[in-house]
Amino acid sequence: MSRHDIQLSVNGATHRVQVESRLLLVHLLRENLRLTGTHIGCDTTHCGACTVLLDGDPVKSCTVLAVQAEGSQITTVEGLEQDGKLHPVQEAFWENHGLQCGYCTPGMMITGCALLARDKNPSEAQIREAISGNLCRCTGYSNIVKAIQSAAEHLRQQ
Amino acid sequence: MSEPRTSPEVCGMGHSMKRKEDPRFIRGKGNYVDDIQLPGMLHMDIVRSPFAHAKIKSIDASKALKIPGVLAVITGETLAKYNLHWMPTLMSDTQMVLPTEKVMYQAQEVAAVIATDRYVAADGVEAVEVDYEPLPVVVDPFKALAPDAPVLRTDKKDKKDNRIFHWQAGDRAATDKAFAESDVVVKQDMYIPRIHVASIETCGCVADFDRVSGKLTVYMTTQAPHAVRTVFALVAGHVGLSEEKIRIISPDIGGGFGGKVPVYPGYVIAVAASVVIGKPVKWVEDRMENLQADSFARDYHIHAELAAKKDGTMTALRIKTLADHGYADAAANPSKFPAGLFSICTGSYALKHAFAEVDGVYTNKPPGGIAYRCSFRVTEAVHCIERITDVLAQELKMDPAELRLKNFIPPEKFPWKSALGWEYDSGNYPAALHKAMEIVGYEALRKEQAEKRARGELMGICISSFTEIVGAGPSKQFDILGLKMFDSCELRIHPTGKALARFGTKSQGQGHETTYAQIIAEELGIPAAQVQVEEGDTDTAPYGLGTYASRSTPTAGAAGSLAARKVREKAKQIAAHLLECSPDDLVWEPGKFSVKGAPSRSKTIQEIALAAYTNHPQGMEAGLEAVSYYDPPNLTFPFGSYIAVVDIDRGTGQVKVRRFVAVDDCGNIINPMIVDGQIHGGLAMGLAPALLEEISYDDEGNITGGSFMDYLLPTAVETPSWETAKTVTPSPHHPFGAKGVGESATVGAPPAIANAVVDALAHLGVRHVEIPITPEKVWRLLKEKGLAE
Amino acid sequence: MIPSAFDYHAPASIPEAIALLSRFGESAKVISGGQSLLPLLKLRLGTAEHLVDIGRIAGLEYVREEGGSLRIGGRTRESVLERSEIVQTRFPILLDTARVIADPLVRNRATVGGNLAHGDPANDHPATMLALRATVVAQGPNGERTIPIDRFFTGLFATALAADEILTEIRIPVPPNRSGGAYMKLERKVGDYATAAAAAQVTLDGAGNFTEVGLALTNAGPVPVRASAAEDVLLGKRADDARIAEAARRAAEVASPTADRRGSVEYKREMARVLAVRALKKAVERAGGR
Repeated sequence: MSRHDIQLSVNGATHRVQVESRLLLVHLLRENLRLTGTHIGCDTTHCGACTVLLDGDPVKSCTVLAVQAEGSQITTVEGLEQDGKLHPVQEAFWENHGLQCGYCTPGMMITGCALLARDKNPSEAQIREAISGNLCRCTGYSNIVKAIQSAAEHLRQQ
Repeated sequence: MSEPRTSPEVCGMGHSMKRKEDPRFIRGKGNYVDDIQLPGMLHMDIVRSPFAHAKIKSIDASKALKIPGVLAVITGETLAKYNLHWMPTLMSDTQMVLPTEKVMYQAQEVAAVIATDRYVAADGVEAVEVDYEPLPVVVDPFKALAPDAPVLRTDKKDKKDNRIFHWQAGDRAATDKAFAESDVVVKQDMYIPRIHVASIETCGCVADFDRVSGKLTVYMTTQAPHAVRTVFALVAGHVGLSEEKIRIISPDIGGGFGGKVPVYPGYVIAVAASVVIGKPVKWVEDRMENLQADSFARDYHIHAELAAKKDGTMTALRIKTLADHGYADAAANPSKFPAGLFSICTGSYALKHAFAEVDGVYTNKPPGGIAYRCSFRVTEAVHCIERITDVLAQELKMDPAELRLKNFIPPEKFPWKSALGWEYDSGNYPAALHKAMEIVGYEALRKEQAEKRARGELMGICISSFTEIVGAGPSKQFDILGLKMFDSCELRIHPTGKALARFGTKSQGQGHETTYAQIIAEELGIPAAQVQVEEGDTDTAPYGLGTYASRSTPTAGAAGSLAARKVREKAKQIAAHLLECSPDDLVWEPGKFSVKGAPSRSKTIQEIALAAYTNHPQGMEAGLEAVSYYDPPNLTFPFGSYIAVVDIDRGTGQVKVRRFVAVDDCGNIINPMIVDGQIHGGLAMGLAPALLEEISYDDEGNITGGSFMDYLLPTAVETPSWETAKTVTPSPHHPFGAKGVGESATVGAPPAIANAVVDALAHLGVRHVEIPITPEKVWRLLKEKGLAE
Repeated sequence: MIPSAFDYHAPASIPEAIALLSRFGESAKVISGGQSLLPLLKLRLGTAEHLVDIGRIAGLEYVREEGGSLRIGGRTRESVLERSEIVQTRFPILLDTARVIADPLVRNRATVGGNLAHGDPANDHPATMLALRATVVAQGPNGERTIPIDRFFTGLFATALAADEILTEIRIPVPPNRSGGAYMKLERKVGDYATAAAAAQVTLDGAGNFTEVGLALTNAGPVPVRASAAEDVLLGKRADDARIAEAARRAAEVASPTADRRGSVEYKREMARVLAVRALKKAVERAGGR
């Protein structure tokens, strides 16, 4: 069973780590790098609690091998806040009660950030479609949609 | 509720305060069980049975133990040495921790592998070889009661059949008489399927036994940490675990919904492993284990009958139910209520006679009978009464709204003594229904429906006017394993006037850190931002029974309020001392006492707090703190009226929920934003079992729906944009008139959707559809009626 | 859920990848986006001693028109396909298809080539590629070969690709004017495999008669199914409702679905018919037929 020396950038910091071939990216982030904001909620690539940005695209880090992320730029929820300032999506989730237990929240916000990076004026249907790979059991989604709409408005005004 | 009494700075009740817990969650700094990593921590993974019923002939761990990093394989035999291979359930039944002889359901724990790393532990699980001899499987609960059915609980010496209990409520004879005298009787069988809460965080723990101090600390996904501590002490006292040396810490919890009330075998095995090995042991189940082995909810086979006069006046209700409990009665019910609070099944209606009976049976399925975001068995009861009400409306050719309005308990009749013995505290059912009808535009929708029907299109619109029963509960009736169902608050005011409030409950997303702070703020005028709320650590929090069944606000919230009032009483004495007047001359407004008629002579709560530590009156104890253990005088009865509008695709049978209006009444509101959030979430968890979710078993007892491939949690796309509104009818007995709200929507929503689907098909003669209403079920009806595309 | 141990290889070129595959034979699996393979490995429903990751090979992700064909690089992610202008403007059937595959996050990793090469009849691209009469390009030790899509799917999770071949490109003939296509899928919720789905691609002449028809079904048997008899019913005939209904009936006849939690055989076959009607009608509409 091979081990690999990989280098990747996580939230702007470069990490060199040795990983077993089968190590999942989510475990690299959570256990090796101790970035526990990225969560695990299923085994079958359904729930999206583990969503991170991989070179700018939101992906399910439970279904990416750590070794596949060699040379990549990763952003986790811990990387959303910049210079002590919350990302507008974080602010909007707080402001609009877009979270309850907080478990799906990091993945949900990462997906929201990626959507708004592409489109600052998504329709409600587009937002719902964009977050359809992220399951939330607490909020019934309404306030998540509202939070993303509110963050979009904020970003449009910037 | 009227305008908030406190300023936005104080943020007492009625303010939509932004949540105090959110700054950590939005930064990914929550601390969930799987985030905990202790030095030297080992990992546990579990070998599970592929069979639903089988004798274990042998367990061979030799290959697993050869894998580098696998330290131990724990079996039932290992635990039997310590007499820890069985444990009690919450209903005083017994349940295996690990089997020594046979397995009783698919996915049952068979052995546990302890390893240095979770990857190695998983390899170890695959390498454990178990030899099974399959036994006959009992899947169907009706067949389980047949005289020739194999008796499943052979561990119970005197057990001769598979019946667990027979429970009944009401006057059978009077009800039968009322049925005989009625003009109309409708009957309906309905099955409330087995479902799973599927909180996005699964269950797990880190058990950390310190051999030197003898102290066991367990970080655990539990909704009831104090009760768990006592259970551990009672179950494992004989191996040296003593309650003062057990500390249960329930850290941030990623959703509970009842699924984190029970003590699962995995927790116990992890504790045993840590005690034996002397190192911390982490166990976190994966999603399939969570769905396949953790406690289920519902699984009620109901036969309901409703009697009425020709004019639609309901006269009597009769219900017979078979409850499939799986292989053990591990329901999370109060001890005296084997069928939970199912006797709320008379619902919102002024029924004079009712009789309900439930028989619990054993089958080869996982044990359980937990809530799925509802108070004990209330969803089953509400589905039953709201569905049969619509069946009656159809029989009488009456509009379902009109039938409900005709039969509602009149507002002036509260408190209402129900036919099955509950005293409903308060309610105004017509107000909620009228409001919902107005918001949804009921008349216009009926017109649209008629037009669409003429064109062959199918839309349905219907109602659920539910009454809940939450806030368990009064100690004379309510206990779990003998522990009375009070709850508690311990409140300290610091010298600078800030507060620390600790509670016996445990938030799993409900926002207690915010709402409890608002309660204290309301009572004392200390800004909610300066009230630190803590729960979940049994070493620091006062004893309480935990958070489930919408009980936190009715019990612990009340305790918070009463503790604050005790503090306020002492503050009054101190203020009188400071102002050199009689306490009787003082008047309170949030945040300060002033002298009657001389408002400029006043002392703020902050000034009083400082004095409590620096200048307290002689003869009075220093400090400013109080404890309250609140034993509610009654339960609370939240209610509401929901209206769903659905469109049906005639080609595929797909149901689309076009609109959903929810008018809720949960009494006085602490935080409107949070209340709305609770309702939104509950609605999604009502939609889910109505349309998507079900766990079922084939004839061999193999689970179907045991992963998120087939256990279908709704996404944002299947979920409509919820329309919510409120009426406010305070609870007369609760200290601040609140009732609890976390579960109303889960309880109320499924029958609204089911009724709307039936309504869409009612003109074809359809009277009932079982949930979950899958496209194929609808298509079959369309095909039968010749309406399929 | 943890996969069993395996070795991982990340060749930088196609020849290097082929050399690895030749060396390891059946014990190796190609990983593209990994969105089907990794879940199988995690559930330990499948094993591989070696994973050969083609994700490091440059130049396998593209969507472009060339030589009368739409050419899709084998490792093109679904999200890239969705955002491709030419797909959005000229291949609505491909857009329909990509947008109902799994969920948007999965589509940021999942690839078109992987969706075909996995050989799963429940996947969505196979039926669409059948309707579009695509050609699959494979490279192996003996160089490049093309495989007509009708000969690509050989069995359940089996394709015409040899163990040492890599799917490098999909070629789709650019349809003439007055063409249109649609993919209609019934799913229980977002992210689910199809209960039933139908892909239709048609070309009409000036009189509104079908000059070309491609119709295929998803999850309707061990391999993706072309509804040849249904195509024959339509070819050369007017695109009217009666003919479409007749074609859809023929299409459903070739469906041999299996019962599962998505539905019974009867329901799934009937849904194949209903969706075939809808896909054909939409395709005709997009071809300017009504």
